[in-house]
Amino acid sequence: MKDYLNGFKKGIPICLGYISVSFTFGIMVVNSGLPVWMALFISMTNLTSSGQFAGTNLILAGAGYFEITLATFIINIRYMLMSLSLSQKIDKNTKTRDKLIFSFGITDEVFAVASTEENNVNTPYMYGLVTMPYIGWSLGTLLGAIASNLLPDSLSGAMGIALYGMFIAIIIPASKKSRNVLFIIIISVITTCALKYLPILRNISPGFRIIIATLIGAGVGAYLFPEHSENGGEENATN
Amino acid sequence: MLPINKAIIAVLLMCLVTYLPRMIPITLFKHEIKSTYIKSFLNYVPYAVLASLTFPDVFTSTRYIASAIVGTIFALYLAWKEQSLVTVAIGAIAMVYIVEYFL
Repeated sequence: MKDYLNGFKKGIPICLGYISVSFTFGIMVVNSGLPVWMALFISMTNLTSSGQFAGTNLILAGAGYFEITLATFIINIRYMLMSLSLSQKIDKNTKTRDKLIFSFGITDEVFAVASTEENNVNTPYMYGLVTMPYIGWSLGTLLGAIASNLLPDSLSGAMGIALYGMFIAIIIPASKKSRNVLFIIIISVITTCALKYLPILRNISPGFRIIIATLIGAGVGAYLFPEHSENGGEENATN
Repeated sequence: MLPINKAIIAVLLMCLVTYLPRMIPITLFKHEIKSTYIKSFLNYVPYAVLASLTFPDVFTSTRYIASAIVGTIFALYLAWKEQSLVTVAIGAIAMVYIVEYFL
């Protein structure tokens, strides 16, 4: 119970961030002409930002099943890296049944919080951690879908930065503690920009862009700064 | 737009290809990885993913690039001061809102 509550508490900030992001998703879906329940259905079954935004846009564009499925899958391949990384972080006695359930809730932010815990994480912690983000993502979508016509553009426009603010709040303190992490962040961003703006390379889809940038950033980092500790950047602070 | 029954099937397919990449590695991979390189690599993955998700897309996340830049700088400042995830997110929203008010 203590571990569940610990995870639960750490999920609250994620939940608040999600409400603002999924709120904008709900607005978008209903403004595009889909019913409120559809917005909620998408969020409750997908629980992901970029994947479901892209998939929903393709549904709205009338794309075929194959294209929708492939585009969503490519954007979501990054979760395989996160899931593999977490497989090293979770308690060895974790039951398969529990893994099947809580892995549904591995989002970028859930992963970021779980993987930067000092010690290994167990089953109650994982259930606790995914609880509030799931509620927040669903609730925010529902509220946005219902309120789609009530909110001024100025506010819903400003909310677009919420998710990125959370990401910044995770990577900046970590790069303050470890120059290696800062270096990896810089490499990843340079790679992403190169893939986004350079001729030919810019044809690569956003999903692949993130995968390639991650492989290069983390790959170069691990080559230059291999760690012998259990933890991430934390213990490897260079000064 | 797809008709609603086809849209439901598309959403279920999306659900499947979102769940499987999350579920398969953590469920099937049971051994502890011994290689220092791979361990370090996996430890660095979150920072690499989040950095490439954030930059440069954050600059086009609001209605104006100018407001996004100011919002990002404010978020970086709050994060540097080690504020919580929510404080940084809400601070960035507020800053964007204020800047856009004057644009």
